[in-house]
Amino acid sequence: MSGVRVLVGTRKGAFILTSDEKRKKWEVSSPHFAGWEMYHLKGSPAEPNRLYASQSSSWFGQIIQRSDDGGKTWHQPGTPPGEPTTAPDGTPKGESNKFAYDTSAETGKPLTTHQWYDGTPHPWEFKRVWHLEPSLTDPDTVYAGVEDAALFRSTDGGQNWQELAGLRGHGSGDKWAPGAGGMCLHTVLLDPSNHERMFVAISSAGAFRTDDAGKTWRPINRGLHSLYIPDPTAEIGHCVHRIAMHGSRPDVLFMQKHWDVMRSDDGGESWHEISGNLPTDFGFAIDVHAHEPDTIYVVPIKSDSEHFPLDGKLRVYRSRSGGNEWEALTKGLPQSDCYVNVLRDAMAVDSLDKCGVYFGTTGGQVYASTDAGDNWAPIVRDLPPVVSVEVQTPP
Amino acid sequence: MIRVTLPPHLRKLAHVDGEVKLDVAGQITQRSVLDALEARYPMLRGTIRDHVTQRRRAFVRFFACGEDLSHESPDAPLPDAVAIGAESFMIVGAIAGG
Repeated sequence: MSGVRVLVGTRKGAFILTSDEKRKKWEVSSPHFAGWEMYHLKGSPAEPNRLYASQSSSWFGQIIQRSDDGGKTWHQPGTPPGEPTTAPDGTPKGESNKFAYDTSAETGKPLTTHQWYDGTPHPWEFKRVWHLEPSLTDPDTVYAGVEDAALFRSTDGGQNWQELAGLRGHGSGDKWAPGAGGMCLHTVLLDPSNHERMFVAISSAGAFRTDDAGKTWRPINRGLHSLYIPDPTAEIGHCVHRIAMHGSRPDVLFMQKHWDVMRSDDGGESWHEISGNLPTDFGFAIDVHAHEPDTIYVVPIKSDSEHFPLDGKLRVYRSRSGGNEWEALTKGLPQSDCYVNVLRDAMAVDSLDKCGVYFGTTGGQVYASTDAGDNWAPIVRDLPPVVSVEVQTPP
Repeated sequence: MIRVTLPPHLRKLAHVDGEVKLDVAGQITQRSVLDALEARYPMLRGTIRDHVTQRRRAFVRFFACGEDLSHESPDAPLPDAVAIGAESFMIVGAIAGG
């Protein structure tokens, strides 16, 4: 692979956008999985042509798709058509779209309810995969963040999925409650310096960390302050929208919360606000420059009830100081009558020398900057509403 | 030979055009037809019935011979016309916008 490959998930299919390293001319693929909701596609850092995709539908549920050739062809990992679905010993073979919560006493806890919107107990029900995070080193290992919130892992290329049940079972799961978009586990960050450490985030429960490869977990929400919950500094209940990390500095985390942009310098042990001079600190997406760990990007959204840019002006804000001081990036972006949203998984960066920044909107545009945000242009502008954007660049 | 009509999304998923034809052993019921369908097309498992509960997904309906069979017992015999292959067992996505 050479150049840049942008993987775009939309409400009605997936699109793959490709360009050479100049990033001026783009080819837009025909829709993959047309008509299906494509919450997320992501490539393996260890094998860039290995892609995983979450395909779902309110009618027909969850499908996992895999490509081994960079998105040219796709298949559902698991039992091939026409083959027996059980092994000779009677055990079921791989069902790549089966996400069954672990309620066994041995590995998890028989946790059966979380809180519903009104605080009443509600049974755990699988709805969809929001985010797929391939292992940094093994193309066959991939994590899935799902709704109702849980973390699953496949170690056979997506054929079988097992829940890392210590997350739901660590003690606070019965207090988790859904955000407006559902009770989703949407962020999975793998620490490149410590393979035992992972971070996840759940709306609206908060952020969690494991230091033993997913066996045990604990909340990491100290310093978060959320006025929309009864106890604004509670250990659980914060609506974290997205967390970003730079691989060279995995103890530094940046968070876009329901309101507030936050930073942790100690692997999530504590957080402090870095909203600074942002015109509004509500938003969904946040990401970090590929080569400058203190350069971060957010797209401020007016409010939790008005999910569009302030004053109809689509502005990315960049901080080069790790937060607090922010500058508006507007060149090439619509500065009047713009009322789109940028969802939590819809921003990504490439790793070319001049870092490219990309984001997709609910209006179907994917914008790119080839100069770290100074100038922007649409790659494509009339897709279905964009849910996720990921970028691959050559090793 | 049992004839099954799939909605367009599931036809695409199963890589089939038109009706699916299945050999089904024993009594012809929703359960036996769906078991045979999923055995032949494992990629459809979980898309019509929930993986865990095996219950019909909420937005999926079953029709045959002009009748709505969605709420019949999964083990009730399907109409004779379906059992002899004269009529198709129709799996239909509920009509909804979006």
